[in-house]
Amino acid sequence: MNRIDACFERLKAEGRAALVPYLTAGDPDADTTLELLHQMVEAGADIVELGVPFSDPMADGPTIQLACERALDAGMSLRGTLDIARRFRMTNSDTPLVLMGYLNPVEAMGSAAFVAAAKEAGVDGVLSVDLAVEEADTLVPELEAADIAPIFLVAPTTSDARIRKMGEVGRGYLYYVSLKGVTGSAQLDVDSVSSRITAIRSLTGLPIAVGFGIRTPEHAAAIAAVADAVVVGSALVEIVAEHAEDRARMCQLVRERAAALADATHGAARA
Amino acid sequence: MSTDLSDPVFGPDARGHFGPYGGRFVAETLMGPLDELEQAFRSSWADPAFRAQFDRDLAHYVGRPSPLYLAERLSRELGGAQIYFKREDLNHTGAHKVNNTIGQALLAAQMGKTRIIAETGAGQHGVASATVAARLGLECVVYMGAEDIARQAPNVYRMKLLGAEVVPVTSGTRTLKDALNEALRDWVTNVDNTFYIIGTVAGPAPYPEMVREFQTVIGREARAQCLEMTGRLPDALIACVGGGSNAIGLFHPFIADKDVRMIGVEAAGDGLNTKRHAASLCAGRPGVLHGNRTYLLQDDNGQVSGTHSVSAGLDYPGVGPEHAWLKDCHRAEYVGIDDKEALAAFHRVTRTEGIIPALESSHALAQAIKMAPDMSPDQILLVNLSGRGDKDVNTIADLENIQL
Repeated sequence: MNRIDACFERLKAEGRAALVPYLTAGDPDADTTLELLHQMVEAGADIVELGVPFSDPMADGPTIQLACERALDAGMSLRGTLDIARRFRMTNSDTPLVLMGYLNPVEAMGSAAFVAAAKEAGVDGVLSVDLAVEEADTLVPELEAADIAPIFLVAPTTSDARIRKMGEVGRGYLYYVSLKGVTGSAQLDVDSVSSRITAIRSLTGLPIAVGFGIRTPEHAAAIAAVADAVVVGSALVEIVAEHAEDRARMCQLVRERAAALADATHGAARA
Repeated sequence: MSTDLSDPVFGPDARGHFGPYGGRFVAETLMGPLDELEQAFRSSWADPAFRAQFDRDLAHYVGRPSPLYLAERLSRELGGAQIYFKREDLNHTGAHKVNNTIGQALLAAQMGKTRIIAETGAGQHGVASATVAARLGLECVVYMGAEDIARQAPNVYRMKLLGAEVVPVTSGTRTLKDALNEALRDWVTNVDNTFYIIGTVAGPAPYPEMVREFQTVIGREARAQCLEMTGRLPDALIACVGGGSNAIGLFHPFIADKDVRMIGVEAAGDGLNTKRHAASLCAGRPGVLHGNRTYLLQDDNGQVSGTHSVSAGLDYPGVGPEHAWLKDCHRAEYVGIDDKEALAAFHRVTRTEGIIPALESSHALAQAIKMAPDMSPDQILLVNLSGRGDKDVNTIADLENIQL
């Protein structure tokens, strides 16, 4: 069984939601990213999302744009990201790891070569921000054959018909974008997210993660009460950016933030 | 769509593909709004009242038809083919860009959108967007790379005079591609009241097709004018290609005229053998950027490359997907003209014809100057003079160390 499915099965039995922290790979360097991933897992992260830096991150706000620029300046690439995943798996065989990024680096590598390398590295899911379900007919079967989950984004503007299609084509979970905007926006509306999740659940049986705009333990708790997973990215990447000069402090603060988010997520009373 | 190169279909298909190119690769939030846009475009474009309004605006506001002009002195000096200029430089706002912004602004108003956003490189599309926004009373925000703002100061000021807000983009390479990213981010955030006027035949479907349809007035006029003036079709069409809207506008109505060569001219910058150019069709390979699959300048890791051209309007690492398909099908040819050749053509046309061409258009003119001497005087080269060069006088003066 794919690690993501196993994770949600276990969490369902325990009656709690998953915390899914995101970091941009190679920001500020591969070793630090690897260390931060392990720290976040120890702090309670259930699934980790590793961002593949891209030169033109059109769906990302300033925080992750700058993280991409720092990572690329330091030489990070899709291959380098896969190498971080591979090293993560050397000491962690349980925590699901999802790659999140844009399509072009995957196409440049070649989708077959990418899927083979991702499998070998121990990647469990792939989310390409600019790969709509309609355009996914090459990559999805290749991912499926390798038991890697293709994960799709659902937006506030997505039609019911398309959510159904994503539910059929996607695996692992659907990622609900909590607002109209880019990553890191600060305008989370918990009530509208909650009613939207109810609607999505009537269209698919996949677990539903919610991200974009979740920054604090309070947000995480509110979202965890209605969703199956809570994704936090920019709020963690900001810590990485602010403490680039002091790795020990960076790791400590990321760990503390992840622990606070995990406690809030895991402690939420769920319907 | 059939991707059989021996019998190509010049689409797009129902999902916006030109062969393997085009499509819709955007953040999920935009998929629904793009469907709405496509429906609005299809119904408006089939509506005689919309078409009549579009034609009226092109006639009375833009000043169409633009003339087809025989560049007699230039042709005589070169001693070969007769060179005709399609005078898009005479359009209101000084370039072909306004054909498209008129169409998209009418659509925006019809869809009840109150706010327009646009990206711009040289500033021509930004000016054309600010112009139609002023006319229709719409709020207008133009994203422009900080680098381009510095080299296209006159156009920046024009946009501000027209009431637009010009937002400098400081991310990435600080040029056109980054302005597009920023405009997409704005659109994703303000999609309810905002219409994004993309300035070229790139971006997610339906933009490549929609912008083409608004620009084919260039080729339809040129074809009829050439037949009327010379009794025949041209031997070759020449147009510069950044994103490729003026070129598609000229080429498309000639696609079925198999004897008419189509030559797209990309910016070779410092030379195609250097890394400093913007020739995605000549030197790139297929990839996905800004909502469509097309030829891209990129590194081995799929990161999009920085580009260089003396002309800001051609300084873009991608190209419209229909051009990618026309290249693969060998229906159109794509060549590079470097900065020096473009600048030489700029000066030559200015001095021999009394027309100051845009630096973008100067690339097409340079290609005509290269080809004409090897052709006979009964042959015809039809060049799209896509814009005028007033906006470039500061750049030219800087290059020649002249203080204005």
